[in-house]
Parts: sequence; C-alpha cells; structure tokens
Amino acid sequence: MIDQELKNKLTELLPTATFEEGGEWPNINVEPKDWLLLANQLRNDASLHFDYLFCLTCIDFKTHLTMVYHFSSTKYRHNIVVKVKLDRNQPEIQTVSHIWKTANFHEREVYEMFGVNFLNHPDLRLLILPDGWEGKNPMRKDFEDAVNMIKL
Amino acid sequence: MDVNKPLQPPRWGGVKAVLLKFKDEVLQKMNNILNNSETLKVPSTGGDLGEAIRVIETPGGGVVLSKLDDVINWARSNSLWPLTFATSCCGIEMMAVASAKYDFSRFGFEVARASPRQADVIIIAGTIVNKMAPVLKRLYDQMADPKYVIAMGACAISGGPFFYNTYSVVKGADHVIPVDVYVAGCPPRPEALLHALISLQEKIKSGLTREQIKQGI
Repeated sequence: MIDQELKNKLTELLPTATFEEGGEWPNINVEPKDWLLLANQLRNDASLHFDYLFCLTCIDFKTHLTMVYHFSSTKYRHNIVVKVKLDRNQPEIQTVSHIWKTANFHEREVYEMFGVNFLNHPDLRLLILPDGWEGKNPMRKDFEDAVNMIKL
Repeated sequence: MDVNKPLQPPRWGGVKAVLLKFKDEVLQKMNNILNNSETLKVPSTGGDLGEAIRVIETPGGGVVLSKLDDVINWARSNSLWPLTFATSCCGIEMMAVASAKYDFSRFGFEVARASPRQADVIIIAGTIVNKMAPVLKRLYDQMADPKYVIAMGACAISGGPFFYNTYSVVKGADHVIPVDVYVAGCPPRPEALLHALISLQEKIKSGLTREQIKQGI
C-alpha cells in the first residue's frame, strides 16, 4: 500500500487518530487507551499485515513521554510509525509482547531506562541494568546518578 | 689471540691456556675502561640495546658487556604479545595496526593472544563500562608478570565522550588497573598506537618501574 492508502485505512480503523507530516514514513498518533486495539489490527488485518516490529523506543520530552513503534510488513513492504503520548508522572501502556515477541525485551529495556509500566507484560523486570536500579531511570532527562555522574 | 695463526688440533692444556690469556686480556680492557683510559664504544647502529651495552674490542672480535637486567628487558620489550581485547571502535583501529599495512609484528607485538595467560600487554581499546570493569580487572589479574597496559583512545583514558552525564561508563580505565602508556585520539591513528607500543618498549628498556617514571627518577 502507498502511504495515502495506509492513512485512509488507518483513519477508517481508528477515526480519532491523527497524522504527522514530514517523516519518511506515515506517522500516526494514538491515545494509550486505543493502542492495544489498533496494535491487534495492525498485525492481523489482511491488508496491513505489519508482522515486523523493527524498533520500539521511548522519548523523554520533559513534559511527557512518547512511545515510538516502527512497524514494517514483510509481505507488502510498507512501513508505519506509531507514537503514543504518555503521562510522565505515571507512564502506563498496554504491552504488545504477545503480538510481536520482540517487544518483550524492548519493553523491558524501555521499562528500565524510562520507567514506563507495561501493563500485562509477562516478565517486566530489568534487562541490562544491575539489580537494585528500580526507580532510577537513566534515560530520563532529569536523571542524576550520585555515584557515577560527573557534572561540568 | 693471533688470528693469522692456523688452528691447532684441540689439546685441553692449550685451550685452557688460550682461555686464560683471553680472560687476562678482557680483564685488562675492563680495567682500562674503569680507569677511563680507554673510550667506550657503542655500536654505531644504535641498536636496540642502545647504551646499555659496552663493546670491548679484542683481536679477532670483541666482547659485549651488559647487565643481565638490561638484556632481559631488551628481550622482553621485543616480544610483547597483546591480549585480544577490544570493547569498542578503537578495536577496529587496533586490528588495522595488526594487519599487513601497519603490522605491529614488525616491532615484536607478534600475535594477539586470546588468553590472558599467554599475553604480555593489554591494549584497552575502547570504552570500559561498569559491567566490563570487573572483567577487565580479572583479565589483568590472570596475566602473568611482567604485564603492561596501554590505554588506547579517549574512552580508556577518561571515559571520552561519555565523561559527562553517564550512568554506565568508567571514567578512565586507570580507575580499574594501572596504565603504562596513554594514547590520545578518538580513535587514535594506527601510527599513534604504533608510537605508543614503541614508547612502551622504551619504557621497559629503561628498566624503571611505573612509579619511578612518574616521579621522574
């Protein structure tokens, strides 16, 4: 599908979704409450068939957090970027690890780096950081580590 | 000894006499050196041993005098096998130095060893993170003495671009193990690493410890 067709299709599936212009791929903004439903449709809709989650990350905008998902379809070779705005003080979003297996580890990484709580994640614990890091999220802009940080 | 004289069939008495005479000559020469009546001759090639050796010319050849420590240090400095240890992009540059174009084998860094027990020098090529620090320490501890350390590049010297505002990077490998030679660069040119390797050799040949060199003795 070309980008415009993708946009039409997604508007049909989720009328409240908004699009951002200017990126390489279509950017769709989704509310956290709509996310799980849309994720299932992205994966399972026959004409979309987004079977490859090739990037899952998070951005700290200081006022809010944004989850960013990059999808690709190995069948149709089209791509899409999904952005979900989260409350910075209590970031919560539904897991998609049961839809795309790769999300399991990526969500654990976002969990330890940004402190996003993935609801219904089967194994939400630290991925790389050593034990005892819970609560300190190194990729948050205001993170300060009393032991290792050198301030200029 | 008269070199023009044809060789005689060996007779133990004769050999002994020759050796004794030879010993007397050498002792005489050494005596002269000690009394400064004769100038010392340093090899004109400016060879690896440099001023650590003395050559006493004798008829039919010469005698090389040196301290055993100097000879051992010379041998050590020309057979330093590095450990295969690279933690980031400096490692690529280190591999380039090992490859045919720069080839650190020419200077005695013959082969990189995959086991610390067979390695003499560890080139810290890259960032040391908090999780890697105990591994680096362990590798260093497993190396047999005498062992040497080169900190290659900004990360190994100070944490490099990760110096500020990082939760995971060790700000300089010398927080973990002692370092002999630091090479600046991000990453350093192969020539810079070669220079560092040769600097290490000179350091070893000087026969001084790290602490003595730091104090400027």
